[in-house]
Amino acid sequence: MSRMQVLTSSRMGRRFLDSSFAAALATPHSVDRYVEMIDPLWSRTETRAEVTDVERKTADSVTLTLRPNATWAGFKAGQFVKLSVEIDGIRRTRCYSPANSQFRRDGKIELTIKVDPNGLVSPWLLANATPGMIVQISPAQGEFHIPLPHPRSILLISGGSGITPVMSMLRTLTDRAYIGKVTFLHYAFTPDDVIYREELEEIQAKYEGVRIIRAYTNSDEGDLQGFFSREHLVAADKHFAEAETFLCGPMPLMDGVRAVFEAEGISDRLHLEQFAAPTRTVPTDEATGELVFAASGEKADNNGQTILEQAEAAGLNPDYGCRIGICNACVSTKLTGITRNVLTGDLNTDNDVNIKPCISAPCGDVSIDL
Amino acid sequence: MSTTTTQKHKLAPEQIEAFGKELDDLRARIVADLGEKDAAYIRDIVAKQKKLEVAGRALLWAGWFPPAWLAGVTALSLSKIIDNMEIGHNVMHGQYDFMNDPEFTAKNFDWDNTIHADSWLYTHNYVHHTFTNIVGKDHDATGYGVIRVTDEQPWHPIWLLNPIFCGTLQVLFQWGTAIQELESEKFFAGEKTWEEMKPGLRRFRAKAGKQALKDYVLFPLLSGPGAPFTFVGNMAANLVRNLWSSSVIWCGHFPEGAETFSIEETEDESHAQWYYRQILGSANFTGSHVVDVLSGNLSYQIEHHLFPDIPAYRYKEIAVEVKALCEKYGVRYNEAPMAKQLWSVWKQVFQLSLPDSTYTEGPLAGLREIVTFPFRKKQPTAGNDGLQVVAAA
Repeated sequence: MSRMQVLTSSRMGRRFLDSSFAAALATPHSVDRYVEMIDPLWSRTETRAEVTDVERKTADSVTLTLRPNATWAGFKAGQFVKLSVEIDGIRRTRCYSPANSQFRRDGKIELTIKVDPNGLVSPWLLANATPGMIVQISPAQGEFHIPLPHPRSILLISGGSGITPVMSMLRTLTDRAYIGKVTFLHYAFTPDDVIYREELEEIQAKYEGVRIIRAYTNSDEGDLQGFFSREHLVAADKHFAEAETFLCGPMPLMDGVRAVFEAEGISDRLHLEQFAAPTRTVPTDEATGELVFAASGEKADNNGQTILEQAEAAGLNPDYGCRIGICNACVSTKLTGITRNVLTGDLNTDNDVNIKPCISAPCGDVSIDL
Repeated sequence: MSTTTTQKHKLAPEQIEAFGKELDDLRARIVADLGEKDAAYIRDIVAKQKKLEVAGRALLWAGWFPPAWLAGVTALSLSKIIDNMEIGHNVMHGQYDFMNDPEFTAKNFDWDNTIHADSWLYTHNYVHHTFTNIVGKDHDATGYGVIRVTDEQPWHPIWLLNPIFCGTLQVLFQWGTAIQELESEKFFAGEKTWEEMKPGLRRFRAKAGKQALKDYVLFPLLSGPGAPFTFVGNMAANLVRNLWSSSVIWCGHFPEGAETFSIEETEDESHAQWYYRQILGSANFTGSHVVDVLSGNLSYQIEHHLFPDIPAYRYKEIAVEVKALCEKYGVRYNEAPMAKQLWSVWKQVFQLSLPDSTYTEGPLAGLREIVTFPFRKKQPTAGNDGLQVVAAA
């Protein structure tokens, strides 16, 4: 830490940087813009984090340890954050669930990222993540967490990289010396694919109330073999109907578990987290899907026109100027889905990016912040 | 800017479309190449600008010492110029929106200038860039209502003061642009009500107040007994910026050969025709690399008007191809050294201060028009030339 960083690390310094006086000196820019000249991690508004450790626990995953700045308000085990990294000059944002205990003493965040070979961000992180890198994260989000007071019996089910939020739950429960019963049913292809295998064994050895069941789809080892079924559920915990169940994993697993819980009439005891990878299938020319205006709560069936025209047809009053894609007045954030630039035909497949509604048409389901 | 040396309609419609197609292809090639290089460029410029700003403020703190004052004013002037031209103007055009970084997103950015970002997005990004040089729509094309820059603005004796108006606007440029969206000449002419003025005034007060507080109260106060030196130093830096940026902007559309257009002739124009109008209505100036950076690459005004949302430092490489295309299609490409373009602007400012008859019928006719103006019957005025109406009222 350089001597200059006393400004950002001392209480007096922070009080000055937070003051309206400092803001008035920096106007119209933010104080952050100048403070980052001496401390790139510091920010009043943005949660920035330094990568302090990079581990490659399995062949197709990378685990990052992050030291967030003071704006990080913590998280509840099971929640996710949006991680932003800059790849080839463009900031890309993806959702990941911290896997660490919410009571981790050093306040660091552990993100384990499963590499999708067809993806963009995860292979890049696998190849390029190094300690010292600065990334941005959002505040923790999501309703997927264990309610307080805790239920007496908790069943955790995960598959593949879906282990991260439930791993966080398990670590948090053991950290706070939870006295109820925890059953953890995890699915993987083979034992080598279990990201936290050794730690899971340690936990099982240490805590009597924790039962860990390993299910492998491509291996004869483990406690159970093959895909999820009601038999697996009973084998894991025959009193599953009395537990609150937390589930995260690939779609087939989620669908399978959901169906069993529905058949049992206990869907209200099933809590789940589902991550949709950005869609990459190239859509047809036909106008399909639904256009969701997230800020106003309006919806419309996509009719193939530009988003600006469809927003106006839906009775909204968005800002606009030139309507030919040059003036930026209409720029809004596309939250999910694919849009097509009607001038060039280029597709935009990223989530959480700014687009110009006057020259963008939805391809399939699109959600826009209008 | 004049209508005497026009090239209008020399290109056949199908030629214009072919020309536009080639420009679209050029654009697509550049857009596909945007990435790390561009992000690194703008970050580097911002880092340099911040250092200049911090150095300038620190030096002016010792402003009682003349060399420190001079160095401080120089650094702060450069900081403000770079902040406004190469960073602010370009970021606010959305040139770096592709980075998806909130710090470089047009809608989040604001600059070290008295004009509110939202106000500028409207007057400049929307009005000026969409309706470039259309008399009656582009406020810039008629000298912002306070300079006579084309003979399509009818002459009135008040224009005898044209050079003074022009010089005054240069000195007070930041304040002029800050109230440009108000189009206050329309208020004085009774075409706009006080209620209609209010939202713009609110934006003006919010932004200009903060700027003035920073430059003229807080930083001088921080200098303690040296307050007057800091006060004057900040004022000098703002003045240098005003003179420089207005000169750069004058060179973009006012030199001889840059054409104006009427509302009728630009109705229902195609995308390619829009490109064509941008080239005919704009002028480049040549200079060193430093001039390019300090002008925010508006030295490539033609390329900027063709592709306002492509990172400006790329205009230099784009210009080579645009120029070749213009040659191929026989489109006039207005380019001259900065001094020559400025000279051309000022020559016209003086020329246009006199009635047009001075040049068409001789000096005597011009003199007669000036002397007899008060006794002549008012002709119905065309267009929205505010000052004409003000003066006649």
